[in-house]
Amino acid sequence: MWLRPIPEPDARVPGHMDVLLPRRSHQPPALNWREALFNPLTLTLVFAALIASVIGTAWAQDGTPGQASIPSVLLKWTPLLAQGFGYNILISVLSMAVGTLLGVLLGILQVSPVFVIRKFAWLVTQFFRNAPWLVLLFYAILLIPFQVTIFGVTMPFPGWLKAVIGLSLPVMAYMSEYVRGAIQSVPSGQWESAESLGFSRGQTMRMVILPQTVKRILPNWMNLYAVLTMATPLVSIIGVDDIMGYTRSALSAEGRPDVLIPMYLYVLCWFFIYCYPISLMTSRLERRYSVKL
Amino acid sequence: METVETFFQWLRQSYGIKITIGYDAWDRAQFLAGLWTTVKLSVLSIIFSLIVGVIGAFAQGSKYLILRAPIGIFVTFFRNTPPLVQLYFFFFALGSVLRVTTETGGSAPMVSAFSWAVISLSLFAGALNTEIFRSGIEAVPKSTLEASESLGFTRFQTYLYVVLPLALRISLPSLGTNLVNLVKTTSLAYAIAVPELLYAAAQIWSEQLNVREMMTVLLLTYILLVAVLVWILGRWEKALRIPGYGV
Repeated sequence: MWLRPIPEPDARVPGHMDVLLPRRSHQPPALNWREALFNPLTLTLVFAALIASVIGTAWAQDGTPGQASIPSVLLKWTPLLAQGFGYNILISVLSMAVGTLLGVLLGILQVSPVFVIRKFAWLVTQFFRNAPWLVLLFYAILLIPFQVTIFGVTMPFPGWLKAVIGLSLPVMAYMSEYVRGAIQSVPSGQWESAESLGFSRGQTMRMVILPQTVKRILPNWMNLYAVLTMATPLVSIIGVDDIMGYTRSALSAEGRPDVLIPMYLYVLCWFFIYCYPISLMTSRLERRYSVKL
Repeated sequence: METVETFFQWLRQSYGIKITIGYDAWDRAQFLAGLWTTVKLSVLSIIFSLIVGVIGAFAQGSKYLILRAPIGIFVTFFRNTPPLVQLYFFFFALGSVLRVTTETGGSAPMVSAFSWAVISLSLFAGALNTEIFRSGIEAVPKSTLEASESLGFTRFQTYLYVVLPLALRISLPSLGTNLVNLVKTTSLAYAIAVPELLYAAAQIWSEQLNVREMMTVLLLTYILLVAVLVWILGRWEKALRIPGYGV
């Protein structure tokens, strides 16, 4: 007994007793977003990436006089790359919006009481979830007509719009699975009490169940957005303008083999700087929400 | 074989559905070669990504920062950049530097496109595997480690004989998801002209102009490949199950 000093009674802890110390939860303190984004680790990584691109330079340089230095070459093409990256972001945001909307609907259909609808929704989900993204993109690009006629008006169907559709298909399928899992994880008591209060099935879904699933889906949803953003360079393969296409144009315009490594590293850094904060926030949210379940 | 070919011929003549790989020997050979390349690419990438994951997770648990930090940077960087850009970086950027002079005086790439695809995909999936194994290792109970320590195991022996077998079983479900994704990602090799499934299919549909049919065959083939992998992983998971160990 004398080995360990008896702690002073702690007035701040309710229910404190001398014989039984209260159980303290060991939750890590939640960080605010500023600390989450700008912590030393993040900054170190970003700088390491940037420095690596400069070192890669010196290593690959032939030392021919009269040539522009590599950082200045990168700087020269930055506006073009930024424009391309803007297209990537635009495509990712649009695909995410379309995919989320369709995915929530499909996910609700997956828990439908009607057997046929349920099975059909499951089949669609599995099909698009297990097909490679690139193949789905090809599907969208080659099989959607390049112009559509609605009410006698012929409208062109541009490639980037098809790319948005092609990328939203897998997003829809993943989203559908998340929604199904989240709906099924809501305790059945919620359904029963809503029913006893006279809610119809649709009302229960809309007002009781879906609001509760948001919290569970959010980390997965953000992760999915990061994955989608990292899939957007695929559109360059099928000829839609984006940062990869512009990078290759810039490289062929320069025609210098020593720019290759720094340029690709530079593009990798662009994506890293955009995606890393998202994945940090995701893991933060995951950790915070996982305690309460 | 004869009857199958007759069937596909009949399908083409009666309905205009041109599944050329059904009756054209050349197309079929091309398609099967593509399928074989995809299988080889997948198997090699899976094996190497598992090796990268095991080594990475071991290094992440090290007490030396000098070992932990590079692995941490590698994992974070590869997880948060697009696999396609990584592939381009390896193939176009590093591939242009790593060249050897042939006997005839020309310059030839030291590493083939196929090998770059394997390297790039293994590193990408390996970074994710590292994270998966690490969380599996963290889930191994401390008392098990203490028990193995008290039996006189070194840190490496503990890792090899105690931690890894348990961690593997714990991380098997998420590992499965990642490996399925890896098989799907092998289609990226199309971009650097590795003659895999998508590439072979694209060759066929640009020659025969049967995009719709080939596309459907292609999608179904990929889904079949994934289904086979999921089946194997399911069997593996069942075989490795420890009775009484709650996972």
